[in-house]
Amino acid sequence: MSSLGFFQGFRSSRRRQRQLKLVLTYLFAAIMIVFALFPIIWIISASLNPANSLATQSLIPRNASLQNYQLLLTDNDFSAIYPFRRWLFNSVKLAGVTTLFSVSITTAAAYAFSRFRFRQRQNMLRGILLIQVFPSLLVMVAVFLLIQQIGSVIPDLGLNTHNGLVLTYLGGCMGINIWLMKGYFDSIPREIDESAMVDGATHWQIFTRLLLPLMRPIVVVVAVLSFIFVYGDFVVARILLKTTEQYPLTVGLFIFTSGQFSQQWGVFAAGALMGALPIVVLYLLLQDQIIGGLTQGAVKG
Amino acid sequence: MATRSQATSLIRAAPSKTSTVSSLVTRLVLLALIDAFASWFILSLWMKDSVILAAAIALLALFVNVVVLRSDAYPLRWMLVGLVLMSLFAIYPILYNIYVSTTNYGFGRLLTRAQAIERFEGTMYLPEEGGAYTWTAFISDRGAFAVWLQTSDGQGFLAFPGREIMAVQPGEEGVGELDENGIPLTIEGYERLNRLSVVRYIDQLGDLFLGQGRHVVRISSLDLASELEPLYVYEGARDVLVNRQTGAEYTPVNGAFTSSSGEALTPGFQVSIGLDNFVEFIRSPALQGPLVRIILWNFAFAFLSVAMTFALGLTIAIIFNDRTLRGRKLITTLLLIPYTVPGLITIMVWRGMLNPELGIVNRTLESLIGWAPPWFTDPLWAKAAVLLVNLWLGFPYFMLICSGALQAVPLDIYGAAEVDGANPWQRFWRITLPLLLVAVGPLLVASFVFNFNNFNIIFLFIEGGPPIAGAATQAGHTDILISYVYNLAFAGGRGAQYGLAAAITMVIFVIVAVITVFQFRFTRMWEEVSENV
Repeated sequence: MSSLGFFQGFRSSRRRQRQLKLVLTYLFAAIMIVFALFPIIWIISASLNPANSLATQSLIPRNASLQNYQLLLTDNDFSAIYPFRRWLFNSVKLAGVTTLFSVSITTAAAYAFSRFRFRQRQNMLRGILLIQVFPSLLVMVAVFLLIQQIGSVIPDLGLNTHNGLVLTYLGGCMGINIWLMKGYFDSIPREIDESAMVDGATHWQIFTRLLLPLMRPIVVVVAVLSFIFVYGDFVVARILLKTTEQYPLTVGLFIFTSGQFSQQWGVFAAGALMGALPIVVLYLLLQDQIIGGLTQGAVKG
Repeated sequence: MATRSQATSLIRAAPSKTSTVSSLVTRLVLLALIDAFASWFILSLWMKDSVILAAAIALLALFVNVVVLRSDAYPLRWMLVGLVLMSLFAIYPILYNIYVSTTNYGFGRLLTRAQAIERFEGTMYLPEEGGAYTWTAFISDRGAFAVWLQTSDGQGFLAFPGREIMAVQPGEEGVGELDENGIPLTIEGYERLNRLSVVRYIDQLGDLFLGQGRHVVRISSLDLASELEPLYVYEGARDVLVNRQTGAEYTPVNGAFTSSSGEALTPGFQVSIGLDNFVEFIRSPALQGPLVRIILWNFAFAFLSVAMTFALGLTIAIIFNDRTLRGRKLITTLLLIPYTVPGLITIMVWRGMLNPELGIVNRTLESLIGWAPPWFTDPLWAKAAVLLVNLWLGFPYFMLICSGALQAVPLDIYGAAEVDGANPWQRFWRITLPLLLVAVGPLLVASFVFNFNNFNIIFLFIEGGPPIAGAATQAGHTDILISYVYNLAFAGGRGAQYGLAAAITMVIFVIVAVITVFQFRFTRMWEEVSENV
């Protein structure tokens, strides 16, 4: 018996009832799959369509070609204006560097919150979460001015630099990640630390040699989430970066769709597909771990 | 229990272990380097008039010193980098935002008072008399100019645009022999222009700013060149700015130097205006119309988004919860795909697909039923489009969460309910949903908070449009507060109004804070902290 017989109210024979239910279930599945995948199929078809305008697009392009891909990847005149390879590189670089630092920062902090007892510990934990609950978007005016002022003294950290952008991302990296990691640290028995400490190990040794290997699942989750967050960020990058050379993929691709008279949907679709691919692959590979990380806090209640 | 307290005491005693001599030296050297850098940074910021930021950095540097030097702050060293970055890039902007919300900071009001005065004192004008030179021009084969200036007593100076004017003797700087009038016959790399040929270049020569800094000479006629003089003089004692050309006096009023006839000079400067931005936010009728609409829509948008994504996600989770269903794994994986593609990209794709004239959705509808919704021009349809796209983006998330939560609902409850004669509909509303809501409730609130400030979909999909007619500042029918603030601060037609934007940001803060506290009340997060101690 199914746990939730949605359609069992019908007073007809059991067999017909079950068949009808099955047909309706698959019909629903088909409708939902069309709804979910339609935009994805549209991107694929648009990226293969050599005409850039929306008007000539149909789901099965008449003279499909890889022209848009060639334009983005190999055409030097085109990339002088729209440096797509550069954007892709920038995105991966920004996300990679931010992830590296943010995972280091949060893991070490979570270790301290889990293993030490100190004054204001609880209040700090709550405060860190509260600060992050306020979306950083709200203070974008202030962040812009802050980076501008820092840049007036140290240009390499100012507006239109990746350094300034990474620092801004890192400012928001503590928060829910620390809670996730601290929870995981708490679940590792302290007896492990104690015996190591009796043997004369320092905190640093316990942290790096003993606990970090055990933390790998949650480190992967936090790293992937932070990579995806930075890779998908648009607002902060758009506010802090000025020149196309510095743009990440998201801000760069926006150019193709926003111009009133210069919309280039085919090129956009090809770029979007290539840009999305790393993330989709990352997601599908680590699907189960990410879902575990996302739902861990919620479902245990 | 005994081992637990023993462990705690062990860990408490631990810091002394790490204080070996070599680690102490490393720590002090590192601290010295950090302090040196911080001092330089603070001083430089101070000189650039970024006083508040300088003070903030000084406080942070002090904090770093305390944490590194005091052994009882040992645990904080583990999170020092994170705390410093969080203070600077998360807390400081919040505080700065509070400060800005009480000023008139914005387009034309970007400078501090001292910077504005400096700007005015740097403005030059060409006096009709005084400081006159005769001049002779030289041109290089690249078309660059050098000018020989002579005072009335015959002393010669060599002048280039953008370089200090030099008093030179023949033989210096490539200057050759002087003729009977005291003008060089040659300058190395340049050719002397005679009276006739100079006419060809007079326009170009007239545009040159010869010299640099306080001493700038401009060519004013075929014969004469004169030194520029500062147009404004600031008299600190009386706090007035005097225009030397006209003699008019300007006094500071509301962040701009203003003459007695009411003419205000630009640029203005920042002044504190107290709570005026908040008062403007609440009172101004021009602002109020769109703002009330925006706030109502903001709540409706967030609520409907959560309700729709949750309802669809839950429906899918329930229907495909049946483990015996064939192809279940394939179906759920396909339905997950919208969640895996970066949202920004799919938002832009939807923008293309729903394009009223050219988008594939509308063209298909046109050919099938002869009509298609005006997604981007009609206020109501625009809102529907935003919700539709947000539904597409969000339902897989709740599908995931709900199917996880459904597994945790104990099956024997259903057996008992069936014995009591509950039909499937009752079982859903009375058992499944309440149990689910306990588990998923916090995520629903979190999702509401997220959507309340979901800038990406509003801005990237439709840019807040269609515009609300007659609004005082740029506002659209699908604008939510956050996108409205963005326009105020960065893209407004009337120029950037940081002060007002910061004030509205504070209002959003309060709304989000209330929702957040509400969320904490209904989750066990707070208690969890105390349990662990």
